[in-house]
Amino acid sequence: MSEHSKSSPLKMYFGIWITLLLCTYITYKAAFVELGQYNAAVALGIATLKATLVALFFMHVWHASEKLTKLVVIVALFFLLLLLGLSMSDYATRLWS
Amino acid sequence: MPDSTLVGLHHEEQHHPELLHHFAEPQQQRDAASLGMWVFLATEVMFFGGLFCAYLIYRRWYFGDFGAASKTLNATLGATNTAVLICSSLTVVLAVWAAKTARRTLLLVSLGITLLLGLAFLGIKGVEYKDKFVEHHVPGASFSFDKVPLPGHPGQYANPRHAQIFFSLYFIMTGLHALHMIIGLGLFLWLLIMAWKGRFTPEYNTPVEIGGLYWHFVDIIWIYLFPLLYLIDRHP
Repeated sequence: MSEHSKSSPLKMYFGIWITLLLCTYITYKAAFVELGQYNAAVALGIATLKATLVALFFMHVWHASEKLTKLVVIVALFFLLLLLGLSMSDYATRLWS
Repeated sequence: MPDSTLVGLHHEEQHHPELLHHFAEPQQQRDAASLGMWVFLATEVMFFGGLFCAYLIYRRWYFGDFGAASKTLNATLGATNTAVLICSSLTVVLAVWAAKTARRTLLLVSLGITLLLGLAFLGIKGVEYKDKFVEHHVPGASFSFDKVPLPGHPGQYANPRHAQIFFSLYFIMTGLHALHMIIGLGLFLWLLIMAWKGRFTPEYNTPVEIGGLYWHFVDIIWIYLFPLLYLIDRHP
């Protein structure tokens, strides 16, 4: 990370900030538009885009000097997907639901 | 890594006072602290993950009731709070950058604004909670959710028991998030005091960096809570 801080990352930080605010505005406006089943997909897609931007550029995962950081992030996401994916594959395939 | 350990032993007498004796060099100490925070955040992902999983299951079961209950939340205040947290994330990265580049004024101002934005978030959250108490939407003996129309089903009303599950999840998830915000405010107040005393330098700024990681993580949780709790079934 130290080698990264030599060049000023301010432009990138403000760019990410503007993008995040724009995404918030879009997701807020899109929620009031009738998109049928795609409303949830749009809202969660934008949320995931925002979370990815924050993690990669504000939390410096993109420029992490330690590869273990990336490993921990991937492992955390993997186990979260196991939890959500396996639980929902059970509940979504029950006939009585 | 073994190479740097050997090098570190030879330079032990001239190292930075903040460098603990079991680390070879400042970079190794910084990476270890950062990794420790990331492992903690991984456990937090599972902690909140269980609640998100509970939310998804009940959302599937009581789809319309959740939509009706969600519509009673103030989406404008929720969106405002999202913007407040995003702005605070910007001031946090500015603080980390200022600490790394020895910009004392920017560091103090950024940490100060972060604290103010965190307090603003909790204030807005408090207003929302107050509204829920006034409307008797807080789960418990005085909970009331009568004759609330079910979205997409004209003439039908939401089941109050199912709506109460939505509000239970709402209060647990936003309450736990608010608790993280309060802890974060404590951390950043401490960082502000340490920065005021001039403890952070380009060589040693790990507390600002890993405190920032925590703050951004709490921001990410809110980024998901906002659409899931406030924006489901908003459309007419």
